[in-house]
Amino acid sequence: MAPWNITDQKIPQGRLALFSYVSAALVVLLLAGFWKLQVVQSEHYADLADKNGIRPIAIIAPRGAMLDREGRVLVDSYPSFSILLMRDNPKVLEKSLPQIEDGLGISAEDLHQQLEAAKFEPKFLPLVVKPAASEADIEFVESHRADLPVLELEMVQRRRYPLGEVLANTIGYVGEVSPQELEKNPDKYKPGDIVGKAGLEKQYNELIVGTDGMKRVVVNSVGRVIRTLDNIDAIPGKPIQLTIDEDLQRIADTDMADKQGAVVAMDGHTGEILAMVSRPTFDPNDFAVRIAPQEWAALNKDPNTPLLNRAIQAQLAPGSTFKIIMATAMLESKAIPADYVAYCPGEAVFYGRVFHCWQPKGHGAVDLHTGIVRSCDVFFYNVGQRLGIDKIYYYANGLGLGRRTGIDLPSEEPGLMPSEEWVQRVYHHKWYAGETISVAIGQGAIMVTPIQLARAYDSVASGGTLVEPHLLKDLSALKVERFPLSDETVEKVTQGMYDVINEGGGTGYALRLQDVDFSGKSGTAQVMSYQAGAKVGGRAGKLTNGWFVGYAPRRNPDIVVAAVVQGSTEHGGTTAGPVVRDLVKAYYDKKSGHFAQPSTAQNIQPSHVIPVADPEAEAESR
Amino acid sequence: MTGRPRIQDFDWPLLGILGVICLVGILEIYSSTHASAMAGMQWKQLMWIGIGMIGMFLISRIDYHTLLDQAPVLYLTGIAGLLIVLVIGYSRLGAKRWISVGGQTLQVSELMKLIIIIVLARYFTEVRTDRLTLRDLAKVAALTLVPVALILKQPDLGTAMVLVPVALVGAFFAGIEWKHAAVGLLLIALLVPLAWNMRHHLKPYQQQRIETFLHPEQDQRGAGYQILQSEIAVGSGGFWGKGFSKGSQNQLGFVPVRYSDFILAALAEEQGFIGVCVVLLLYLGLILRLVDNAQKAKDRAGMYVVMGVTAILGFHVLVNASMVIGYMPVTGIPLPLMSYGGSATAFVFLALGLVMNVRMRRFVN
Repeated sequence: MAPWNITDQKIPQGRLALFSYVSAALVVLLLAGFWKLQVVQSEHYADLADKNGIRPIAIIAPRGAMLDREGRVLVDSYPSFSILLMRDNPKVLEKSLPQIEDGLGISAEDLHQQLEAAKFEPKFLPLVVKPAASEADIEFVESHRADLPVLELEMVQRRRYPLGEVLANTIGYVGEVSPQELEKNPDKYKPGDIVGKAGLEKQYNELIVGTDGMKRVVVNSVGRVIRTLDNIDAIPGKPIQLTIDEDLQRIADTDMADKQGAVVAMDGHTGEILAMVSRPTFDPNDFAVRIAPQEWAALNKDPNTPLLNRAIQAQLAPGSTFKIIMATAMLESKAIPADYVAYCPGEAVFYGRVFHCWQPKGHGAVDLHTGIVRSCDVFFYNVGQRLGIDKIYYYANGLGLGRRTGIDLPSEEPGLMPSEEWVQRVYHHKWYAGETISVAIGQGAIMVTPIQLARAYDSVASGGTLVEPHLLKDLSALKVERFPLSDETVEKVTQGMYDVINEGGGTGYALRLQDVDFSGKSGTAQVMSYQAGAKVGGRAGKLTNGWFVGYAPRRNPDIVVAAVVQGSTEHGGTTAGPVVRDLVKAYYDKKSGHFAQPSTAQNIQPSHVIPVADPEAEAESR
Repeated sequence: MTGRPRIQDFDWPLLGILGVICLVGILEIYSSTHASAMAGMQWKQLMWIGIGMIGMFLISRIDYHTLLDQAPVLYLTGIAGLLIVLVIGYSRLGAKRWISVGGQTLQVSELMKLIIIIVLARYFTEVRTDRLTLRDLAKVAALTLVPVALILKQPDLGTAMVLVPVALVGAFFAGIEWKHAAVGLLLIALLVPLAWNMRHHLKPYQQQRIETFLHPEQDQRGAGYQILQSEIAVGSGGFWGKGFSKGSQNQLGFVPVRYSDFILAALAEEQGFIGVCVVLLLYLGLILRLVDNAQKAKDRAGMYVVMGVTAILGFHVLVNASMVIGYMPVTGIPLPLMSYGGSATAFVFLALGLVMNVRMRRFVN
């Protein structure tokens, strides 16, 4: 074999030159590729690079506080931390779970359940594993930044309700903005925003909500914050002052603590709500973090409807408290002489049916004054029959019953004041005259809310001035409605209400107060019709809603209080009366400077109050 | 008649280009790592460059004819080394690529690159024709594909692929017939779809890399994420670049292995299109200078050696730059002289030592 390295061949110069040209051409092609990215599409990629490295972080603005009329804090906000679990890297996440369960004290089951629930949400949305982190939790996250990059802290602002249950239904609660609200106001809200969901939190959301700030931070490829680029501070929401008096509120709440019902106390001149209680209730602090689904379901399904604000949403038969409206209608319409006298033998027959008086022995000859003071049913049956439903409707409606008062709270219920026209429109038949007899004593097809009754009593005692109830202290314009009543009417009716409490034999005699012109009227409305009650039998068949609407002084009231205690077997003067009396007394004690800060309401309950046996119970039979 | 090669016969312009590329690489390694836990990497790279240079001078002293004489021995040694790696080599990151020699780890496949250059140069010189027969081509293929297969087995697709252009470029200069070239190209065109259908026989990580090359957006955190982040770095650099050590993609760690395989992306972000032009033109200059050396080689053996080196370096640059802008899948082929890495840098210097070797002996008989 010849030696391999015989050099007899020329170098292929042509092919080498071709190689050079091809190399140059390839470099040009590569440069074209770079040109496309770096010049043609450079803006697009610059944008992507910014999104990569710059993360906007919202700085949540605290919601404004709510103060009572004396400047005491009823609601405020405080900063707190949530612990977020990043889900965009499933492998790292899976590995970190046991350590997270240990460190944060979350059960494995719970965590897996949460992850499972969030499975179909976009992966970049973190999971809030601890909505309210304790100091130990924060410490844990901070010290495991390196080995648990899936955990993040997020500063949030939380609502704090120092009064807890005491004003819950009025204040309402907050929660995450709903998808529907988001859709309606895409510019105003972003997902996860906290908004008022009920009560004043909802009503004045716009006033107390702040403007969120924004911080832009530079993060590296594992999400660690390197530095802050810029910072737009959050503007905290403005505080609002309410008309609520915390002292009166606490007294009303304590009185109602173990009851079911509502109380509303209102300034008779301005319509300012001084106290508003609804029981049973809830603790809005439960909503401030994030309410557990079970807890939310329980609140919603509770047959006692703790989320309902009974002061404006309970639509109930007013019972004998309606007799004040009947008396006003009788005097104002002049359809019946002012000195009309009816004879009460304990029952009466109208349209072939027997209607009972609550007093089976009868009241004998009864005029208007006695009718009010003794709450004689037969007297008002007769008045109702003579007036007819449309005249009753005219005065009741004029005094604000069966329609919304316009209070600054969402979801106020209108109640119902029937008329011939209404029956025709809704049921397409004529009004049964017999129904009028029931309505005359506040039973049957009539429903009012406590706030409506309070305002109606105030306007009767003020000569027909209907103030608009409200909870925001600095309402620029006071809204007033006029339904003028003659002075004689007002004098007669208010004298009746004064004597209910201050005349021996009045249904509220036990409630009288020293040095205060305390006036009012009780009512005890059956929850069920007589027949239905008989079917159920026993105690349930006798359940009543006990009302008391009281005010002081006798004319042009400073304070009007309506209270209803539901589902009791006792009379309204016994169940609701003391609540009203306590509020009126505390109001004047505060005015005269004798008010002792109540740790409990017991210490203002006069010891000489004697429980009175049930003096009235409306009865009706068909 | 033999004269001693003299120091002035060194290719100083080539060394100059080399120096500039190395300097740019060192600066970019510094920029990419100075603010991280890997700070100081540029000094290690500088050390490797120094070691490489010594190797380059050493290899240039041995006459390449002597090396080519020993081609069969070198080839068998190389094959044996690759077999040893497969049997007793130790693994890093799931790949068996290294053997331990005197306490130092050695990547045999890098040495195999040098060996294949020498072996094929010897073969093409020996067939002494301007028309390669099919038989000749079959032998070339066999010589190349045995080490390719062994390296694929490690598995190291990138290094295995790098051996192929040495054979292709060699065949081109040895006088491949146009019809054979055409048939060969046709075969490759047919084989790629076939290989695609065989992809399920690939290692999972190779499958994934090909998958993500084709659909980068589907896997933002995996290999597709790497390509996407590289493209973002390059694109956001714009025409003028963001400035030295001011690239957010680079500094915040979004660019994957920014100091090594993706160093061109880091540079493109910070120095812009202008910087990329300078670097790619430097590499073009390097290649043209190498071709010049081939043209001036004393014999065909020298030309084959030089063009073998050129083929490997050119292939590295082409594949790496294409990968950075998303035109090719991630195969782990570094950018010669700029990417951080001991074995790879040492290889380039040893390969260029061969080129010096050829150049210094062009007037020697």
